[in-house]
Amino acid sequence: MDFATLLQMLDATLRLATPLLLACLAGLYSERAGIFDIGLEGKMLAAAFLSAAIAAVTGNVWLGLLAGIGASMVLSVVHGLASITFRGNQLISGVAINFLAAGLTVVIAQSWFAQGGRTPQLTGDARFNPIELPFADALQNVPVIGPIYYELISGHTILVYVALLMVPLTWWILFRTRFGLRLRAVGENPAAVDTAGVSVIWLRFAAVGICGVLCGIAGAYLATALQAGFVKDMSAGRGFIALAALIFAKWRPWYALYACLLFGFLQAMSLRPDVIERVLSFQVNGQFLDVLPYILTVVILAGFVGKAIPPRAGGEPYVKER
Amino acid sequence: MDIMPKWADVILIPLISILLAAILSALVILAIGENPWAALKLMVDGALGSTYGWGYTLYYATNFIFTGLAVSIAFHARLFNIGGEGQALIGGLGVAIICLFIPWPHWTLALLGAAIGAAIFGAAWAAIPAFLQAKRGSHIVITTIMFNFIAAAVLNYFLIGALKAPGMEPATPKFPEATHLPSFQDMFNFGDTTFFRGAPANITFFVALAACVALWALIWKTRLGYEIRSFGYSESAAKYAGISPTKIIMVAMLISGALAGMMAINNVQGEAERLVLNAVEGAGFIGIAVALMGRSHPFGVLLAALLFGFLYQGGAELALWTSIPRELIIVIQALVILFTGALDNMVRMPLERLFLSLRRAKT
Repeated sequence: MDFATLLQMLDATLRLATPLLLACLAGLYSERAGIFDIGLEGKMLAAAFLSAAIAAVTGNVWLGLLAGIGASMVLSVVHGLASITFRGNQLISGVAINFLAAGLTVVIAQSWFAQGGRTPQLTGDARFNPIELPFADALQNVPVIGPIYYELISGHTILVYVALLMVPLTWWILFRTRFGLRLRAVGENPAAVDTAGVSVIWLRFAAVGICGVLCGIAGAYLATALQAGFVKDMSAGRGFIALAALIFAKWRPWYALYACLLFGFLQAMSLRPDVIERVLSFQVNGQFLDVLPYILTVVILAGFVGKAIPPRAGGEPYVKER
Repeated sequence: MDIMPKWADVILIPLISILLAAILSALVILAIGENPWAALKLMVDGALGSTYGWGYTLYYATNFIFTGLAVSIAFHARLFNIGGEGQALIGGLGVAIICLFIPWPHWTLALLGAAIGAAIFGAAWAAIPAFLQAKRGSHIVITTIMFNFIAAAVLNYFLIGALKAPGMEPATPKFPEATHLPSFQDMFNFGDTTFFRGAPANITFFVALAACVALWALIWKTRLGYEIRSFGYSESAAKYAGISPTKIIMVAMLISGALAGMMAINNVQGEAERLVLNAVEGAGFIGIAVALMGRSHPFGVLLAALLFGFLYQGGAELALWTSIPRELIIVIQALVILFTGALDNMVRMPLERLFLSLRRAKT
């Protein structure tokens, strides 16, 4: 494989890893606070639809992004009500949210745009466009570093850089702030947090809220940056791959980045069967690459390659002692 | 002493939950500019107004009975099997292999063989997550989700490879004539009047009813069922009583996978008579809604499956005659799961308070 192809593949990896990373970090906040969230997929899908719809109508992608975050937040509130306020089963609530988004997006899209469950194609300012980093053009001809800077680092949409910056930010929030300490504590031992006089319910709602915002950005990225408009079921299992990445990363931010880049690379490879064939000199089944993240996650979960231990109070509603 | 009488728990709460789901669904229909009352009438007409409609309703209900029972038995052991979809897909693979490669003399034997094959394949697909849960403590919800995706890929692999029929479509060849199951049209044909003409309901419906009875007997009339229920009620107490958690997790999940797999004799052998991609069409997930609504009781599952069969056929009619897309059914399904499953306490807490104050007023 020549250098240019490698750069193209890595470029695609970064673009495909971005929604995974945002959703994975979203899940990280929620699950670190003790709220399991298998509804990442649904929140992304809802955000993808509403962001594309509003961007198409107003022609302004930033309004679209806000609307997407709003849609995701509404579902987050439902999840919070069900799993925190009414102490319901968090997994069942997640399943319901996934279906709610899968159904509602198509029903509403059909009613608003009558294009078979799609939104109109987004163009110009209704999309996030690639931004050129400074000196990218000037450095283009410098050997090695030039192409890397021009092809790989520069020329992405702003959301890609936002997602990458979220990794150190999440690490800093979780491990260097008081809020982060409490958030992690509430996922391990909520009773202790309660005893210290901090509201478990408020903390968990805050975590679920942050999760909603990040899923909203992830969904908006899908519909307004990666692609130009919403199509039915466009999240295509990415919420579950993000969940897999979260387990793969053992609920830690930096590892989440590596896991998402790995899974993004697998997705980029399955899009380019010709490259794989040239490099490995035999055909690799594209299906196999698509499910490799799931298989790897099962292996990790099985504990054969280091043990993945979830936050201890995860999935348990907190009942104050009376 | 229970706070609420049993009838309130078993009938009143599900009814209120469904009512809430129905009201919200009606609001959705209103919001997209259609008339909910007219939509309901159209659905009732289309799903229950003719034997043709009933034939479709019962066909869908058969699928949902199997997947609903599958989720229920796992619920009794406090396991959440989201993998019904994948198990039913792999069950279909079993049915296809058995129907294609064994020369069956008669459909009765083929039905028996296919049912066993579907059950074994489905159970095998559930066995790995079950084993990982029992022995390695891997969360069964996550592993079964992952196995759904893996199952879809496995099926795809076979349908574009070893089992593919000549032609463009990724599907197996048509099964031989001798494996075709009698449809309701064949069974209820009285000379000049033919009922269920052209509808896909077939003899598998009665297999599903038998499965309901069998599962009821298993859960409430056998030692194994008692062990499964006590394990689900309190794992530590069950352990203390000498019940092996590994055994219960494995057995409950194997039965669950077998039931989900057996759905394939309805949709693969009974209806399509060949295996196609995405043969399950989400029935595995509807099993979750059906089990929640039916309170994990086989009789409740039967009623809930009939309701969802009606919704499915009615939804198809809606999509045909109005501008309401089929996906409305997914919304209704989501609302049912939300209200009967996740928001159960929202209905339960005020009701409990009401019954408590009623009792106080009496004494």
